Amino acid sequence: MTQGAVPLIDYSVILPVAICFIFGAGLLMMRKSIRWHPLIALPGLVLLFLADLTLLYRVATQGTVTMMMGGWLPPFGIAFTADLMGALFLAASGFAALCCGIYAVASISKVERRYGFFPLFFIMMGGVSGSFITGDVFNLYVWFEVFLIGSFGLLILGSRHEQLDGATKYCFLNLVGTTFFLIATGYLYGIFGTLNMADIAQKAAETDKTAMLFTLAALYFVSFAMKAAAFPLNFWLPASYHTPRFVVSALFAGLLTKVGIYAAIRINLMLFPPERAELSAVFAWVAALTMLVGGLGALAQTDLRRLLNYVVIAGIGTMFVALAMPVPDGDAVPSSLSVGLSGTIFYALHSIVVMTALYLAAGVAAHLTGTSSLREMGGLWRSNPLFAAVMLILLFAVSGLPPFSGFWPKVALVRASISGDLPWLAAMVLVSGFLLTIASARVFALGFWRPLPPIAAADRKVEPGGVVEEKFLAAGPDRALSAIPLFALTAFVIAAGVWPQWLFDLTDGAAAGIVDPSGYISSVFGDAP
Amino acid sequence: MEIALCFVVAALFAVTVYLILSKHIIRMLLGVVLLGNSVNLLIFTNGRIQSIVPPIIPEGLEVPGEMIANPLPQALILTAIVISFSFFAFLLVLSYRAFQDLDTDDTDEMRIAEPEDEGLPPLGY
Repeated sequence: MTQGAVPLIDYSVILPVAICFIFGAGLLMMRKSIRWHPLIALPGLVLLFLADLTLLYRVATQGTVTMMMGGWLPPFGIAFTADLMGALFLAASGFAALCCGIYAVASISKVERRYGFFPLFFIMMGGVSGSFITGDVFNLYVWFEVFLIGSFGLLILGSRHEQLDGATKYCFLNLVGTTFFLIATGYLYGIFGTLNMADIAQKAAETDKTAMLFTLAALYFVSFAMKAAAFPLNFWLPASYHTPRFVVSALFAGLLTKVGIYAAIRINLMLFPPERAELSAVFAWVAALTMLVGGLGALAQTDLRRLLNYVVIAGIGTMFVALAMPVPDGDAVPSSLSVGLSGTIFYALHSIVVMTALYLAAGVAAHLTGTSSLREMGGLWRSNPLFAAVMLILLFAVSGLPPFSGFWPKVALVRASISGDLPWLAAMVLVSGFLLTIASARVFALGFWRPLPPIAAADRKVEPGGVVEEKFLAAGPDRALSAIPLFALTAFVIAAGVWPQWLFDLTDGAAAGIVDPSGYISSVFGDAP
Repeated sequence: MEIALCFVVAALFAVTVYLILSKHIIRMLLGVVLLGNSVNLLIFTNGRIQSIVPPIIPEGLEVPGEMIANPLPQALILTAIVISFSFFAFLLVLSYRAFQDLDTDDTDEMRIAEPEDEGLPPLGY
């Protein structure tokens, strides 16, 4: 019943998760010597990113790799299967985490370090990394809960009134969302008697219980839409994401909602393709309304971070577009589903990087001006031209304007929507991009371009030194530590925007592996049918 | 037996939904407890209830000789119990702290993170 000893190289599959928990637990044990926390956490995050890149390289060159826990024969043991999509998400999340970690060294105060910022950070990263590489549905649920509990801790760190308010809503709604996931998984086990994704993909293709699978797919979609904050299940996100520290917001906005997208692609698209096609009208409406709600919501906000909350939601809607594509009919190569899915994966990677960067930049702006309200901000273009240029690039990217990373995935999605006979959805992508452009332009014009408003300027004269009141704890005095991550993230945004082909090659491969999961299945079960 | 359990699960879910739809945090907490239990019972029922023989393989055999109870749902439920228990503990403390700080357990009045009278964003320069 076992495969024998697991080859040593296969341990690279679980290395990202192992690193997170080793460092998380180690830092927890060192809670009395918090001076050492940054010095240990940063190498840990570098190691995590390197492990993610190694795995991505291995998957990109050799195809999907699987490690069966304990060497049990599939489908009995828990499988960890890294395919190209999972490895890409993993690498992007490791990159965002490293940048947030560097920024956190400067911005997280001693008190918060004592309350366990870095251990919680690693536990959350462990959960996120585990979600991207697990090949078992129940295990995916467990990773959801792991990163959720880590995010709860990070969210309330500081325990200000708004945080407790936002956290209450975040915790209840996310708990209900993941419980939906568990309910669906219970039914899934009842129908198939297995939890291994590759096994389910095989059995679902053969079964004729379509009515049951249809219900199941709908249940899964509800839970992932809730996790990803898709309309009409998005209300927890704008209620909570602007309350914690800026670096925590950046981490959440970059990673957590994308896990929901990832799971929706993995379960709804890879495991239940016919049911996904039946539901595609629902996906199309959800995608369109989410994009619209995000764009309009962003226009209505005064606070910079609350504006960004809605920008996250608009991005989520854009990523759901691929799920609305019709079934590939075999004539067109590549099919609109493959093109759309490739665009969605590209967009998700871009969104991980750019949303992290935007919240970090919002933190720097709030630190420099002493406020995060667009009414009182101003004058940053004159005082910090380099930072303002970085912000301009990020705002261009998030609105989907060329030549930055948000443009190409939107091109792919619009192309796929038109070839998939959904021209109104293509129009919606463009309308949402237009609304985001207006919102971004407002941020830049009000916060950066215009001179400092007279009221705010009068307040500021009271305290010399430029910084008014340290109520944000956004970026510490050490400016290099807040500049390095911003520049690194912006470098990716430019690289993926000016030379998109290398990333498109990867996401095309990832999309092909989802549309036709035979590589995934043979990686788990071996080549024998 | 399975039919009876289905009705129990349905009843528990009905109570859960009713409690969670309340606007008072304390009732929502009770709903969360019931939610965890109803889901656990649902998984248990989904694993089929057909035999009372414990899942033990006799000595000398590689596979069980007769129909045995399904051990996997029990492992799943055990995991789910631990998770829902720890989440409930966290939610309980969080709700208590929120009640202390915000002086209310009415979700309609918890508007500190999203103030109601914020006014319009700046419309010009």
